[in-house]
Amino acid sequence: MTLSQVPASYRVSSRRDETHDTVTLTLEPAGDPIAAVRAGQFTMLYAFGIGEIPISVSGRPGQHALAQTIRAVGAVTTALCAMPAGQIVGVRGPFGTCWDEADAAGRDLLLVAGGIGLAPLRSALLAALSDRQRYRRVIALIGARSPAELVFGDEIDDWRASGAEVMVTVDRADASWHGNVGVVTQLIRRTGVDPPNTTALICGPEVMMRLTARSLLATGMSAGNIRLSLERNMQCGVAECGHCQLGPLLLCRDGPVVSYQVAEPLLATREL
Amino acid sequence: MSGVSIRELGQHAFARGLTTRQLDALAALAVSVEWPAGCRLFEEGDKAARLWLLRSGRVALDLRVPGRERILVETLGPGDELGLSWLTSAAQWQFGAIAQLPVSAFEFSSAALVDLCEADHELGYQLTRRLLVTAIARLQAARIRILDLYAAPAPAAGGTA
Repeated sequence: MTLSQVPASYRVSSRRDETHDTVTLTLEPAGDPIAAVRAGQFTMLYAFGIGEIPISVSGRPGQHALAQTIRAVGAVTTALCAMPAGQIVGVRGPFGTCWDEADAAGRDLLLVAGGIGLAPLRSALLAALSDRQRYRRVIALIGARSPAELVFGDEIDDWRASGAEVMVTVDRADASWHGNVGVVTQLIRRTGVDPPNTTALICGPEVMMRLTARSLLATGMSAGNIRLSLERNMQCGVAECGHCQLGPLLLCRDGPVVSYQVAEPLLATREL
Repeated sequence: MSGVSIRELGQHAFARGLTTRQLDALAALAVSVEWPAGCRLFEEGDKAARLWLLRSGRVALDLRVPGRERILVETLGPGDELGLSWLTSAAQWQFGAIAQLPVSAFEFSSAALVDLCEADHELGYQLTRRLLVTAIARLQAARIRILDLYAAPAPAAGGTA
């Protein structure tokens, strides 16, 4: 068994309920920590006795503690979401490619998030805002199912105060909501994107990412300046088991962050 | 209300790509309007006879439902077109509209637009094409929302996630 396959022990130091089914856990090393995590990478989180799942980091890179945002959709995620402070979890990683948001130095950085896809992008956003002068505009377009299902909603004012332009839209809302209603791609034209000088990072359901990438291409952006975070069945995390294969890519190693130039033909291929 | 220059109109996404002559003809019909937040622009069922090109602010389209609060259908913002229902034979607003934020817009009479298109088929083609693109984009957006993409995925058979 290689070192990357042995989980490190981390203790849940705090938990924050984001929505009715989504929790952000802050994890502190209970022994030797894993290597430094970069924005966009993921870890394998192990709920002992139940199972292991891939979860992207959602906190600012370079921190001692890990922030991981988890939605309860199955046995492992439900167990992780229910964990109280003090509980021990296993952590393997970090794995995969990163957003490389620093590449957008001197350019506009556009982040487009759908649903819990905001979690991996939060990591890049916090990194960018901690070095705000490096970029021209930092724009975050966020889509959610409803106002109640918007994750990190209580941080948006802080992001704006730190120099980000943030627009939120929801699929459905009652009359108490005074924000945008509609799909996130509709916000793109309202931001006044500067296509040749923009780097876009997209994370959300795959259909949403495809549509967003197409909308950005329609503005004149090049596919090479658009990056997506793809998800498949990551298991080993070290490109050995093949469960996360997408054409020539093993997404635990070659992803999750992939240029749209590479991803576009793969996402359009049936039964890949 | 005030007149509109072709320079102002030409900056709106709807008018991009029109020739100076076409912009001139369109600007002659345009009126610059502003509404404060909370101002209701029209109600569902009213006669539909205007097109607005939004320049700033936000407009919410809504629907009255007996016994419930109004349902928010969609919001529109800068660069968007408001008011397509006059294109249908019924020419009635299908939804209500209210300014969520202070709004500025270019306003057009639909009858004047139709007359302009009848008189200048090339401009008519350009305007019809733009309105069709908008209608298709809204149809596609509505379809995507029906998919409910952000709903929790059903667990895969045999999966543990």
